[in-house]
Amino acid sequence: MSVTENGHRTTAFLTDSTLCIGCKACEVACKEWNGVAADGFEWSGFSYDNTGAVGHSTWRHVKFVEHEPQAGFGGNAAELSSWSFSSDVCKHCEVAGCLEACPTGAIARTEFGGVYVQPDVCNGCSYCVVACPFGVVQKNKDDGRAFKCTFCYDRQKAGLEPACAKACPTESIKFGRIEELQLAAQDRVRELHRRGMTDAQLYDPRDTSVKGVHAFFIVRGDPRQYNLPPKPEVPTIYLRDGWRASAIGSGLLLAGALLAFLSSPRGRTEKRHSR
Amino acid sequence: MSTDPLVSRAESRVPDESSEARLLEIRTQATQQGMVVQRGVHPEGAPFPMASPETGYYGIHLLKEPQWTPEIPLYLFTGGAAGASAVIGAVADWIGGDRELARHARWLALGGALISSALLISDLGRPSRFLNMLRVFKVQSPMSMGAWTLAAFGGATAASVFAKAAEQRFDGKFPVTVIGNIAQFCSAALGLPLHNYTGVLIGATAIPVWNKNIKTLPIHFGASGVQAGVSMLELMGYNDNRALNLLGIGSALWEVWEGFHLESRDEEELKPLKQGLSGCLTRTGGLMSGPASLVLRLLAALPVSNARVQTFRRAAAMCGIAGSLLTRYGWMSAGRSSARDWRLPLAISSKSPHNEKIQPPAPEVQAAS
Repeated sequence: MSVTENGHRTTAFLTDSTLCIGCKACEVACKEWNGVAADGFEWSGFSYDNTGAVGHSTWRHVKFVEHEPQAGFGGNAAELSSWSFSSDVCKHCEVAGCLEACPTGAIARTEFGGVYVQPDVCNGCSYCVVACPFGVVQKNKDDGRAFKCTFCYDRQKAGLEPACAKACPTESIKFGRIEELQLAAQDRVRELHRRGMTDAQLYDPRDTSVKGVHAFFIVRGDPRQYNLPPKPEVPTIYLRDGWRASAIGSGLLLAGALLAFLSSPRGRTEKRHSR
Repeated sequence: MSTDPLVSRAESRVPDESSEARLLEIRTQATQQGMVVQRGVHPEGAPFPMASPETGYYGIHLLKEPQWTPEIPLYLFTGGAAGASAVIGAVADWIGGDRELARHARWLALGGALISSALLISDLGRPSRFLNMLRVFKVQSPMSMGAWTLAAFGGATAASVFAKAAEQRFDGKFPVTVIGNIAQFCSAALGLPLHNYTGVLIGATAIPVWNKNIKTLPIHFGASGVQAGVSMLELMGYNDNRALNLLGIGSALWEVWEGFHLESRDEEELKPLKQGLSGCLTRTGGLMSGPASLVLRLLAALPVSNARVQTFRRAAAMCGIAGSLLTRYGWMSAGRSSARDWRLPLAISSKSPHNEKIQPPAPEVQAAS
């Protein structure tokens, strides 16, 4: 049931943090294939993560989540701090804030169900930046346009998997049909629970206004420590209230102006220069 | 010798007094504080950061900050003033019978529309592609609706200015009058959404302080625009016009209510409106276009001497303009500050036992015994 033509489902990423070894091959592969600019060299002090977040020059981003020491977590010795890694990426929402907000039509839904910024159309208004509930899309101020993960649209068109998934050495990043991957994710979580990792869970916000994503994640523990928001909302849910308020405000101005001029003496006011 | 600490030195170096003193300095600092603060070392997370449901992902904020340039808050101001003055002008013409005021209001609206367009275009990352805004008509994108509204408003207002000017010159010939009135009607009809849609523009986003106030932001920005429009007309010489003062009083009253509405709520999303630079800006702006403008306008409505009235009105107008400008810059600044608040999108309360910043564990200095 791989739907396209406005039904968009089809392909997806399943990123399994329990398999991630933090090698950043996905970041390198993404940058190389897509020709993404370097993003500086600055130590952050936050574990081995010196990038911090996805952005215009980081389309895949490995998070290094350090926990209080916990025996067996991630295969570490009990006295060592626990690690888990997770490769973050654009979520390619079913109802995407950036796509809805884009005033030029530059951001479009591809035939694979992904959300794609057409670089030849984007005029850099940066409205998508504030419309993304996951903080993914960002304007490159040197270039002037907004950038984010393309879901390797070019590779998918050629029938290939995205560069990050291809380069991942542990198959922590899986790529495939969305419905198959959702089943695989459920199987994997069950398997992890059976092995005693009862805090493993699937992050797939389908019960919010983004109506599901094309990049879901298996994480251990609270998704918030991976900077995954518990309730991402597409900003179009605020439109009804906003335009209603705008209509009320317009009514107030019109009524106020009518009242003010009706109640004042008719005719030309003596224009008096105050200086 | 290279002075940049990030550039590695290629040739070998002879130790001297200063190099050894520096090494001792580092040792002393490490002994005393448990860590050494230097470029490239992030003391906030050091020495051992932890991610947890209480501290999120090292307190790195999820949402991206708005990347608009300072032109955009200025556009919020000019667009609001232009839209409001088009409406005021049309009503002054048809209801108030004040053709002079209407003429000036039309010119003000046209000037505002032109400046607004220039500001919007210069903010774009690719200004040469500004016409791409009119590639699609997207009801669900306030930016798209705004671009179309502004474009149509500019056209209608320009038409009304020229037709009305031609009407005066040629003494009301039939087609010119009709065209002028139609254009003026369109200009006013488009001025209504233009004067306050920017509240929807920033309200319908993922930025918490903005979307939290979506129900009042458009009216707040509209009232701010009315203050600015009325004040500009007053400074253009209409500072004895009663209707303008009434409109000023009405919009100042709304601003007073809005200030009360914002200040009386204790919600975490509203913190940028009460703290820091953004809070300072929104509060000062609110006070100027709210209570200050209101009191001055009420004083001007009292039976006092003409000179006094003009002084009050001029002061009120300046308060209105400055307040409206500060309000726009304040809300923009609040949006940036709100995006940096990493707790909000993760629904982590700042009132939880885990406090303000992720603190490194207290350094325990073990003295060599």
